[in-house]
Amino acid sequence: MKCTRCRGAAEVQLRAHNSAFCRPCYLLFFRRQVERAIASENMFTKEERLLIAVSGGKDSLALWDVLVDLGYDTTGLYLGLGIGAYSSRSHDKAAAFAAARGLALRVVELAEEGPGMAVPAVAGLTRRPACSACGTMKRHYFDQVAHDEGFDVLLTGHNLDDEAARLMGNVLRWQRDHLARQRPVLPPSHPKFVRKVKPLFLCSEYETAVYAFMRGIDYIVEECPNAAGASQLVYKDTLNRLEAASPGTKQAFVKEFLRTGQPAFASTEAREAPRECTGCGMPSYGELCAFCSMMRAVQARAASRAAASDRAAPA
Amino acid sequence: MRVHLHPQRRTVDIDGRRRVGQLLAELGVLPGTAMVIRGDVLLTDAEMVEDAEEIEIRAVISGGSGA
Repeated sequence: MKCTRCRGAAEVQLRAHNSAFCRPCYLLFFRRQVERAIASENMFTKEERLLIAVSGGKDSLALWDVLVDLGYDTTGLYLGLGIGAYSSRSHDKAAAFAAARGLALRVVELAEEGPGMAVPAVAGLTRRPACSACGTMKRHYFDQVAHDEGFDVLLTGHNLDDEAARLMGNVLRWQRDHLARQRPVLPPSHPKFVRKVKPLFLCSEYETAVYAFMRGIDYIVEECPNAAGASQLVYKDTLNRLEAASPGTKQAFVKEFLRTGQPAFASTEAREAPRECTGCGMPSYGELCAFCSMMRAVQARAASRAAASDRAAPA
Repeated sequence: MRVHLHPQRRTVDIDGRRRVGQLLAELGVLPGTAMVIRGDVLLTDAEMVEDAEEIEIRAVISGGSGA
């Protein structure tokens, strides 16, 4: 198989793009895809301070690598979720990536934020799925660090597969409010929010993995132990079967939604501006934000368990 | 050939040379969901893997709450 660009020996084949590339041409192709996404969606400029949420996985580290290469002002944010050895290894990967390149990495460890704050404890005490608790924690800390430390933009490594799976989930349940807000650039709806962007939204998971591999990025390959059975993985598998039968399906699904569907939902799903949470002061659509509501539930459940334990103890 | 599957941490031995695409189909791996690695090089579906070779099939799918 020959490289579509230089006619040398190809190392990677991309059916969705009807192309194949050698290593140097692939790296150029991937960087151009990211550059085009940033430019076409007016995501950010080289004068702005970018905070990149990094997990130690392929997507966030590949994104950080490309942005450093393109000369952007970046800082990484690693959130330690407290998921045992998996979190320790993820932290090590993110820290090693930053150290090897002399990049700034801000670390927040949930276990150090207070008792019962690690994801497994929160999920257990609130009886919520771990991924749901994790998502709420991430959104809160990402928003708070971006605001408190004066960043202009918050970036995540969500890729095409993530966006297609999320879109499928939102469509299957016709979650109109979620569909109205699913886009690669989310402008701030409150002065304490910063712009949120997803520069990899048109790069497939395979493409980001290939980029990370070719660049020698040492990322965490193992899956989060809590992800087993997550609905997002079921949607991804379904979409990958469709993609195998008809290459380009995922890209068409997301691109056409963003061109035609999302604006239609956005025009009918007006949302009032958020106020401020009475607990943490961050923007919220209720008296308490989702994070503070969850923390109240954690505290209440922990107190009730402690009281039950005291009653059961011998006098 | 010896095939290491990651992140499953599973190794399987398969007899006979194969094209990568055929090998992936036999192992039930969908196209575009895993990288096939020989040494420090990626293989396309059209590449042949010889009986005596060792390769890694590394899944690329991640999931959960995202970000």
